[in-house]
Amino acid sequence: MKFVTCPSLGKRALSEFTYGGRYEQEPAQETVSEKEWADYVFYHNGAPKVQIEWWYHRPTGIWFLFERDTLTDRINKVDFARKGMTHEA
Amino acid sequence: MKLRLGPQPLEWIDRNVSVTFDFEGKRVTGFEGDVVTSALWAEGWKVLGRSFKYHRRRGLMSFANHDINALFQTAEMPNVRGDVTPAKNGLSLTAVNTFGSLENDKGALVEWIAKFLPVGFYYRAFYSPKFLFPKWERLIREMAGLGKINTNWSEERQPKRYRHCDVAIIGAGASGMAAAIQAAKQGVDVCLIDENPFIGGSLDYQFANQRSQSLNRQYLKETVASLPNIQVITSAYVAGYYGDHWLAVNTDQGLIKLSAQSVVVATGVFEQPAVFRNNDLPGVMNASAAQRLMARYAVAPCNAGVVLTANHEGYRAALDMHENGLIVKAILDTGKTEGVWVDEAKKAGIVVYEQVTPIEALGSREVEGFIFGLNGMEHRLDCDGILMSVGWAPAGAPLYQAGAKFGYEPEVQQLIPVSLPDGVFACGRVNGVYVMEDRIKDGEQAGLAAALHVKGDAIPEWKDFRDGVAHSHPYPIWQHPKGKEFVDFDEDIQVKDLKGAIAQGFDNIELMKRFSTIGMGPSQGKHSNMNGIRMLAKLTGKTIDETGSTTARPMFHPTPVSHLAGMRFRPERVTPMQLFHEEAKACFMEAGNWLRPEYYPTEATREDSIKAEVSAVRNAVGLVDVSTLGKLEIFGRDAAELMDRLYTMRMSNMAIGASRYALMVDDAGVLIDDGVAVRFSDEHFYVTTTTSTSDSAYRMIQKKVIEWNLMVTVLNRTGQIGAMNVAGPNSRKVLSKLTAFGLSNDNFPYLASRQAKLAGVDVTMIRVGFVGELGYEIHVDASNALMVWDAIMNAGKEFGIKPFGVEAQRLLRLEKGHIIVGQDTDGLTNPFEANMSWAVHFKKPYFLGKPSLMKLKQMQTRTLVGFELLSDAEKDQPLESNLLIEGKEMVGRVTSIGQSDTLKKVIGLAMVSTEYSAEGQELNIKLSDGRLVKAKVVKTPFYDPEGWLQKSNEGSGEAA
Repeated sequence: MKFVTCPSLGKRALSEFTYGGRYEQEPAQETVSEKEWADYVFYHNGAPKVQIEWWYHRPTGIWFLFERDTLTDRINKVDFARKGMTHEA
Repeated sequence: MKLRLGPQPLEWIDRNVSVTFDFEGKRVTGFEGDVVTSALWAEGWKVLGRSFKYHRRRGLMSFANHDINALFQTAEMPNVRGDVTPAKNGLSLTAVNTFGSLENDKGALVEWIAKFLPVGFYYRAFYSPKFLFPKWERLIREMAGLGKINTNWSEERQPKRYRHCDVAIIGAGASGMAAAIQAAKQGVDVCLIDENPFIGGSLDYQFANQRSQSLNRQYLKETVASLPNIQVITSAYVAGYYGDHWLAVNTDQGLIKLSAQSVVVATGVFEQPAVFRNNDLPGVMNASAAQRLMARYAVAPCNAGVVLTANHEGYRAALDMHENGLIVKAILDTGKTEGVWVDEAKKAGIVVYEQVTPIEALGSREVEGFIFGLNGMEHRLDCDGILMSVGWAPAGAPLYQAGAKFGYEPEVQQLIPVSLPDGVFACGRVNGVYVMEDRIKDGEQAGLAAALHVKGDAIPEWKDFRDGVAHSHPYPIWQHPKGKEFVDFDEDIQVKDLKGAIAQGFDNIELMKRFSTIGMGPSQGKHSNMNGIRMLAKLTGKTIDETGSTTARPMFHPTPVSHLAGMRFRPERVTPMQLFHEEAKACFMEAGNWLRPEYYPTEATREDSIKAEVSAVRNAVGLVDVSTLGKLEIFGRDAAELMDRLYTMRMSNMAIGASRYALMVDDAGVLIDDGVAVRFSDEHFYVTTTTSTSDSAYRMIQKKVIEWNLMVTVLNRTGQIGAMNVAGPNSRKVLSKLTAFGLSNDNFPYLASRQAKLAGVDVTMIRVGFVGELGYEIHVDASNALMVWDAIMNAGKEFGIKPFGVEAQRLLRLEKGHIIVGQDTDGLTNPFEANMSWAVHFKKPYFLGKPSLMKLKQMQTRTLVGFELLSDAEKDQPLESNLLIEGKEMVGRVTSIGQSDTLKKVIGLAMVSTEYSAEGQELNIKLSDGRLVKAKVVKTPFYDPEGWLQKSNEGSGEAA
């Protein structure tokens, strides 16, 4: 079991969190091509990388964004997910 | 007691207390402190088990908690490990995997036909014809196996405990103890874990008679005991290493989840057997096994043995035998070892032959002799035991699991850790350090480093304490023309089996392992993988590093399921109406984490009770508790926008006081949830979700609010609101008694929602129903829900009201052809397949999954259809998930089925290939026993297809 350092609650067990997928911009529905949409929905590149991920903290009902290295399983950064935020996915 | 020795300096047995138990129907007497194997061996039982495949006689081999040929059966437990299980009074044991008895095992016939069973035989022989496979499988399962499981088991759960420490040290041998002391001296909390009942490790068996080590032993043990910040956990093994330094520590009392800040791995090494013909005869064992037997239990490995060695540890084992008055016929050195123990052995007068080639062990039941080559000649020695000391492999499981990399160090002829993850340290023999004083120093530097890591301080430069002497033979494998040189004792794998696997192209370590099954038995390759790797490297002309090694995954030892399961702490949720359900003696079922009434046993049988409930709803009135539905309240400036984006239907144009079916798909267009949405005001919606998705739907909607940057608040009201549905032709009459609110079609039409007072409290009523009758869904604050429920039950008495449960509701909705998401849909079903294109509004600019649905609309291949069974015999009734067959093809499956009394037939829903979905199409349903029964596609709803009953004005006092 891993630990997560929450910006307001400090050290929490990862088991309190539920994974919510990679942070990713949905392509614009009006203009998206079938291929782009299929890439977005199905064809995920699983190669190791540093990525931003959605994680939901169940006890408080708050969504977080983690920056995680999928090769080392290291969580570099933990942030609240906020409306209107922009991240490089 | 034939092989019991005189008192040993560090023995674990209590000679004042004897224990008696039964083995294969015979009486065995040992001492308190004995393990099963040591007590048996002391009495001269050398045949302890039969091998997995050939049923060859086997004795003890490693005696280190992975002696899988000495497994025993009790009435309750299969595969009791004799090398670690305490001998207890009253135990009754038999050997595992025998036909008849251990002595007369009919399974041994397999060995006669063994040459027709090459490695991979099963894979190829059973590949075709396929119809024979089940027969083969049964035969193999009978023949090859271990203990028998007691099928009359009772549930057993061991609680999981949590512990925390700064530094966890795995292994309490010399280096582990030294690490613990050094770390503790830095002021941090230390946990020192060892799988044995006592700390000490090899100091207490390999060095038991080495007087020069008594000071080290005394210092280490006394200091560990004296330091208050060292917690010693014995008889506990680390089953696995998990991220951020979590260790799963298994004890007899259950699992400890140990969270550490840093970890020192001082697990030592596994002694590896030499591979020569008949190396599995009872009496052939690792030298360290013999030393444990002597030092811990005061049991002789044999009376007159030979020691086959490639390192100076073998000489120490010979000296231990010699000093105990046992005969060492000769030390057979495969090379020309030097060292103190070599000199001592020679001085003691033990015969030493150097540059020896082992050829074969002799003996029919047990070892009787040994043939070896020397100077080109074959020699024979008579002996009743052979000790093997040809090398070691790191007990590196926690290191591998933590992400350490191993590399082969030719200087010590061993795999050693070459890179370690942050906060993980290795010391002692697992790190390739063999000289006792150096092991202590290596432990000290690891303990210091681990403590400094915890404090965040800089760690001094790491010193290499390896002695530059190989303690392992680079290739301890001597093939014999007649075979039977065992590499893997769990799976009976011989040299030719591995050669065969490699010759057939399985020449990658992972492939060879799976094809030959080397290392896949209960000991997980602890004494076979290293030799397997050496063989593969040699035969493919690669180095050990190029060959690679397989990662030893958790669990380190077989771990009881009861320990992994832990206690059951799953919460059960009950609805506000639970008291009523209990008083009505409802039969409950689990729905997600909720308890729901399955039915109320009002009649003699379950079937009749459900029928009575169905009949009440169809003919009078029924009441069902639907509080388990997810209930979300959505309000704010962008509430309508959010609703439009979440659901496939347009919601923003919904009138205030209206309700609408709410269908949700995911990005791939797969149906994931349905419910009912109600609009309270322009900026205020209320929506239900299915019971099982309430948490995930709420979570997902919260996420979408952030992603879409909407001004809206979502509240999960699931537990705060109780809900019930009054359904049936009399439902309006019942409710009229409890409210002044006008319930006629004019004031409260079908599909409308109204907020009103009912039984004196505020409720939301929605005129919808899953079951297809005139009905009202009532949502009310949880604190008033039971009161409202009781009021409706009382008011309904004169109209024949009955509470109904999940089973009746399932049948009622099936008669209406309503789907249950998750039952009639699967992980790929889209709305078109479920005949719900009416619920997809493509004119909206945006909603979840829209691009996928636009594509899926053009490529529909399956359709959910209603069917009725043409054969009505009860024994022919299909089950949910039975397949639909056309010719030889599978064309669909039954998703729901039920016997409808209302319609007097068996009806169901099935997902079929669209070409078979036309009305009137005959379908063949394959029953679980293989027979086919006929059904016919019919229109849904089966019941009240026009929906007149739901829209009825019955009981409003007005003309219909």
